[in-house]
Amino acid sequence: MKTIILRTASDYLLPLLLLFSIFILLRGHYLPGGGFVGGLIASIAFVLHAFANGLENTKNLLRLHPGYLMPLGLLVATLAGLSPIFVENLPFMTGIWFQEPLPVIGMIGSALFFDIGVYLVVIGVSLTIIFTITESA
Amino acid sequence: MLLTLYKLMLIAILTGFLFSIFLVFAGKYLKGRLAILSALVPLGLFVYFLNFSKRIANGEVISQTFEWVPSLGVNLGFTLDGVSLIFALMITGIGFLVFAYTAAYLKGHEFLDRFYGYLGIFMAAMLGVVLSDNIISLFVFWELTSISSFFLIGFNNKEEASRKSAILALAITGTGGLLLLAGVLILGNVAGTYSIAEMLSSKEVIADSAHYILIVLLIFGAAFTKSAQFPFHFWLPGAMKAPTPVSTYLHSATMVKAGVYLLMRFTPVLGSTELWNSTLIIVGATTMVYAAIHTIFRTDLKGILAYSTISALGVLVFLIGLGTQDALLAACVFILVHALYKATLFLVTGIIDHETGTRDITKLAGLRKVLLPVAIAGILAAISNAGIPPSFGFLGKDLIYEATLHFGNSAVLLTILAIVTNILLLYAGFLAGIKPFTGKLPTTFEKVHLPSFLMWLPPLILATLGILIGLFPSIIQGSLIQPAVTALGESGSEIQLKLWHGFNLILALSATTIGVGALLYFIMKPSQKLENGIAKLEFIAPQTLVEKFGFGFGKFSRFTTGLIQNGYLRYYVSVIILFLVILTGYTLIQNTKYVFDYDSFSVLTVYEVLTVLVMIVGILFTVFTKSRLAAVAAMGVVGLAISLIFVYYSAPDLAMTQFSIDTLTVILFVLVLYKLPKYLNFSDYKVRIKDGVLSLVFGALITVLALEVLSEPQGSQLTDYYAENAYVLAKGKNVVNVILVDFRGIDTFMEIAVLTIAAIGVFSLLKLRLTSKNRR
Amino acid sequence: MEFLLAILIGLLYASGLYMMLRRSLVKLIIGLILLSNGANLLIFLLGRITKGKPPIIPEESYNFLDAYADPVPQALILTAIVISFGLQSFAIVLIKRAYKVVKTDDLDQMNSTDEFS
Repeated sequence: MKTIILRTASDYLLPLLLLFSIFILLRGHYLPGGGFVGGLIASIAFVLHAFANGLENTKNLLRLHPGYLMPLGLLVATLAGLSPIFVENLPFMTGIWFQEPLPVIGMIGSALFFDIGVYLVVIGVSLTIIFTITESA
Repeated sequence: MLLTLYKLMLIAILTGFLFSIFLVFAGKYLKGRLAILSALVPLGLFVYFLNFSKRIANGEVISQTFEWVPSLGVNLGFTLDGVSLIFALMITGIGFLVFAYTAAYLKGHEFLDRFYGYLGIFMAAMLGVVLSDNIISLFVFWELTSISSFFLIGFNNKEEASRKSAILALAITGTGGLLLLAGVLILGNVAGTYSIAEMLSSKEVIADSAHYILIVLLIFGAAFTKSAQFPFHFWLPGAMKAPTPVSTYLHSATMVKAGVYLLMRFTPVLGSTELWNSTLIIVGATTMVYAAIHTIFRTDLKGILAYSTISALGVLVFLIGLGTQDALLAACVFILVHALYKATLFLVTGIIDHETGTRDITKLAGLRKVLLPVAIAGILAAISNAGIPPSFGFLGKDLIYEATLHFGNSAVLLTILAIVTNILLLYAGFLAGIKPFTGKLPTTFEKVHLPSFLMWLPPLILATLGILIGLFPSIIQGSLIQPAVTALGESGSEIQLKLWHGFNLILALSATTIGVGALLYFIMKPSQKLENGIAKLEFIAPQTLVEKFGFGFGKFSRFTTGLIQNGYLRYYVSVIILFLVILTGYTLIQNTKYVFDYDSFSVLTVYEVLTVLVMIVGILFTVFTKSRLAAVAAMGVVGLAISLIFVYYSAPDLAMTQFSIDTLTVILFVLVLYKLPKYLNFSDYKVRIKDGVLSLVFGALITVLALEVLSEPQGSQLTDYYAENAYVLAKGKNVVNVILVDFRGIDTFMEIAVLTIAAIGVFSLLKLRLTSKNRR
Repeated sequence: MEFLLAILIGLLYASGLYMMLRRSLVKLIIGLILLSNGANLLIFLLGRITKGKPPIIPEESYNFLDAYADPVPQALILTAIVISFGLQSFAIVLIKRAYKVVKTDDLDQMNSTDEFS
């Protein structure tokens, strides 16, 4: 699988795909997309990189084991869910927003952060599964 | 404050439990010389209950109620009346002596603290049983006595026989406990209250209720199992595997009388009916004669005592069944008589066993020369047991004859039964109390020496009490017996206990009993031969039948389990699907209209038809290919085709997700595939045809179901709500995403948590290097 | 199309079940995946399918102006797809481990695995 074409391509594809995945994540509230799909696309980007350059290189690139993304994502999602309790004394998981919309992304609110949590967990889960299986295959 | 606490019976009951908990931590300090201190607990309680005797004697009934589960009407209500007081004093008084005796009997035993712990729990539970006014709490304490009895019988848990007896006893008394629970629940429902005191006023309602027979039978079941009535008696001889203090305390003086207590307690509520009295008379009489005859065939001292205990319990049930004031009076007195002499005999047996190492009655003789105080206690107890004046036993026996003689038509028959029983009981008592001490001392026992006073004093005290009360019955007449009989609902004439009634029929009967019994003792000698003789009849004994039933039931269970839980996944699946197909299919055939509104279906385009064709080919290829890789690839194609369908039908989010997941799954499979086993066909042609038919039928069923649902009108308020509020409330325009992260955000949160768990599962399955070898 | 889809779903269920009834472990997993695909499609179909109208509120509007596809089954299926990925990967790894320990792919020989655990 380690052809020079794929390797060269993957060097450019990885940042592009990651950028695309973030784009998909951020626009999810308005157009097709969201945390699940975004996370899956990001994982595919890494898996592609691992196929082309070998798992070790991808892991070096990541520095951190992808498994750490799972608790991180859960933490982000939990905080997003808890934020209405602290900020406006509303029940758990009530949506709250900043007053002014941002360009491209639109309204920023707790739902967006929740989706970012989902995104992180999905990346963590799929990469952990695939990396673990690759290593012990 | 302390003073008011002191007055609470709840605290008295809890003392035993607290003592046991305390032992968990401080047990090791209480194993050595300090063990005797444990006896202070029952002694304190004994004094505590003695304090009440004056108030009880004045006709007072002391009640205390605490709310426990008020919503279910379960309260911790405690009542102390005459009957309760007799039992409470027996439990704590004999408890005190047994606790002290144990300190010497099990001196230096490794688990002495545990033993005291179990005894403490038992004592507390037993007090709970006799003091409870609420029948639910009575049931709870009742079960606790069964459980603590289980631990005490199985105390020597290294012996198989002990464990077996413990389980047998638990099985029998536990079954009784379940019956009791059923009984009290129905009774509570019928009476509208769980308080025994309140039930007294609705006696007629209960007796006229349609459930009366059921209630009585359930209560009988509980009482007969606990009090070892025929045919449930066989657990009691087995329970003699327990250390002797346990046999003394639980299996002769207190626990086995819980059933008798239950019958007494419910006499004013359920009694005085044909069903109640006749059943009790028949069962009691059967038990007392059957068990009394059995004593002749035993050579083990504890075996003899066990059967004579069963017989005595039979007498009590019989007396409650007679139900007249005379009979109930006799029952109250006989409980005390029996507790005093039988506890003595058990304790004496324990000493003999402890010092000589044998309980075989054919070998024991002449021990008076080495164990004089023990001999005195044994002989005094035998006298009381025999009912020789001036003992307390004589009084008891008189009252029994008085009760049977005044029982209408069947008086003669019942009296004869009572006489036969008493003769045999006398014989058993002589064997246990006199035989080991008389005659010539065998040389093997010459070195036997008297144990610590902690062991011989308790039986001596009990035996002496048995004579003292006989001489001065007024000690208990007003304070215990009169209130007890009143509590049983007989508030008639005043009771007079006296030794001498003048020359009358009863005296003659007593004399006959003693004469014949003594004659029997001199003529008949216990022998191994007799014991072997009865062993031949064992195949029809209730115990054998129950064991056989248990064995057969186990075999039956194994058979059905093997049949149903055969361990073949595909059989489970087949059976489940088969039933689903049959049941759903039947309903479908009955109710389906088979009318499809083709106009409402969307128009077909070439792309769609092509996609569906690709999918069908993909599915067939997945199923029939011989190569694993091909199957996985074909499955990937199926997944991609599905994502195309999502694209056609307005589900862009789904299409993207399906596409990504499909990619990842195929990658995953390819990664693992080479490590996976070869794609083999294990099954033959016939099985595959059979499975294929079942699968096709199942698929067809799903198709028909789907079409059926499609022909029903659709309407979803949920969809409308989400669509209307997605932007207004959640400021999002992609409704699917809004549902996921906002409306149903908590579901999504749980989902990512589950995903995390799956990933951790994968990680630990592969990274944990556990082979079957180093796991062992 | 609904008619075709219903038949397709039936086929997916039938093939999934057939594969689950095989004695081979790998086939069991493939059957499971086919079955879950069938279930997803079934939910999708029963929520009524609509062509070319995704459940996305048009720009400059607070509400749907036109007919739209039902978003609820879509949300359900989306979570189902992702969850079944977790389930499938766990099952695949489980098979791998089981195969390593038991040394057989035959389910019939695995029903006495107690001694291996």
